[in-house]
Amino acid sequence: MNTLIAIIGLGVLCLLFEIFNLRKAIVPITILGLLGVLGLTISEFNSTESYYNNMIVVSKFSSTFSSLFIVLTIFLVALGHNFYENHQSKISDYIAIKIFLLAGAVAMVSFGNLAMFFLGIEVLSIALYILAASDRMNLKSNEAGMKYFLMGSFASGIILFGICLIYGAMGSFDVTEISELSQSAELPVWFPIGIVLVTIGMLFKVAAVPFHFWAPDVYEGSPALTTALMSTLAKVVAMATLHKLLSVMNADVSESFKMVVVIIAMASMTVGNIMALRQTNVKRMLAFSGISHAGFMLMTLLSLSTSAGSLLYYASAYSLAGIAAFSVILYVCKNRDNEDIVNFHGLGKTNPLLAAILTAALLSMAGIPIFAGFFAKLVLFNQTIQAGYLALVIVAVVNSIISVGYYFKLILAMYNKEPNEERKGTPVIIYAVAVIAIVLNIALGLFPSFVLDLLA
Amino acid sequence: MNNILNHIGIENYIFLSVILFCIGVFGVLYRRNAIIVFMSIEIMLNAVNLLFVAFSTYHQDAQGQVFVFFSMAVAAAEVAVGLAILVSIFRNLGSITIDNLKNLKG
Repeated sequence: MNTLIAIIGLGVLCLLFEIFNLRKAIVPITILGLLGVLGLTISEFNSTESYYNNMIVVSKFSSTFSSLFIVLTIFLVALGHNFYENHQSKISDYIAIKIFLLAGAVAMVSFGNLAMFFLGIEVLSIALYILAASDRMNLKSNEAGMKYFLMGSFASGIILFGICLIYGAMGSFDVTEISELSQSAELPVWFPIGIVLVTIGMLFKVAAVPFHFWAPDVYEGSPALTTALMSTLAKVVAMATLHKLLSVMNADVSESFKMVVVIIAMASMTVGNIMALRQTNVKRMLAFSGISHAGFMLMTLLSLSTSAGSLLYYASAYSLAGIAAFSVILYVCKNRDNEDIVNFHGLGKTNPLLAAILTAALLSMAGIPIFAGFFAKLVLFNQTIQAGYLALVIVAVVNSIISVGYYFKLILAMYNKEPNEERKGTPVIIYAVAVIAIVLNIALGLFPSFVLDLLA
Repeated sequence: MNNILNHIGIENYIFLSVILFCIGVFGVLYRRNAIIVFMSIEIMLNAVNLLFVAFSTYHQDAQGQVFVFFSMAVAAAEVAVGLAILVSIFRNLGSITIDNLKNLKG
């Protein structure tokens, strides 16, 4: 609760800085403020409390995921310092929108009432529409914003209809009441329909097949920093919310529902990986890679009561690798009009450190040992086998192997090709973010129990 | 009020809302003018609002009506952002037909 209030306060403060002409101080002060909020969240770690008639429920689940979101936002705000160099007059707007987006994300994982869930998802989505279209003179960015807006509000409509049917069946928006009532034998047929509609809406947001078609276009067209935000923060938030939504509302989901989850997970991995193989635009490739990672994360929905820890671990491994990879992409593709793989030729010779970081991030996403991505997949597969879905794990392993193909395409381009032009300048902040993110990723890989035990 | 609802039956309200919602969905899928697509999204959201109010009376519970205020406020904010994006598209392209937005492919 205090986390949410502090984050919103920080967002308002960012807007005030604009009035007092303190634009230079915005990024450092926001980072310091977010670090303070992170400390506040961690200090409340073991408390389980509910506020405002159960509107917000602070639990271990919500505080661990909130901490992850805050860490990701710190990285994204820090990268903004370099990215918005040429838009100094608007930097407070960009940073404030990111902070409000974080507020929506925190509301989404700590809701105790469907009204709060809906408000959280809308605050997050509206902030993302703005960020996707924020490069307003660029037609690509406009198009990405429009597509994302249409798909996002369509999905919101479906989620709203689902919430309405759940309310009609249960007569309440409170998730604990809904969960108690869902144990009774006689349920109106509206309740399962409502759950399915809400799930479909959330699958739109995580970009799982067959609701993924918007993702590649939107990721490609948006400004690179927004793409980084969408593929790390927004995806992890939507996945955590879907997990929480299903586990608090009806813990024992039916077998047929699980079968659908299995099929969607398999389809997401396969379609994502196979489409990624033939991409030459790096942002688009990472969009398809994100679709396949959404498929992996959906596997946690098969053992809802025990899988919160492994979802947290997978999400942190994936998103930290994503931040590291995108900070390198931001450096390489600065002042270029596309993110084609040609831009990465010879990065291993001109800039060995960043090339090594990008390699490490891609290897972590592919699931090669010592990086956190490997252990995340290991834990996830282990859990899924124990839940009795061997076929799904086999498909997942085959997909991990396919994914190595396109990750290595980029790695080979960096080391085996001749550099085509000199890159000047060493932006310290990009180096710092990339190094810290990849070090955190490796640390997670070396001490997996540290995160896994948080939600055991 | 409850008498009227008993007379008509909650099912009919659900059917009406589903029909309105589907009109909205087909509008989003088939119309090519961005303004009409926005209108269709509003129809979807308002179909749900209607059903919220009907359920609220059905359960004799005010929560549903309060939720309508939330969803109306959110819909207004959403459309404000959508129209802003549309204005910047119109400045760059000179038209608001969605079919013109096909630069991103692959």
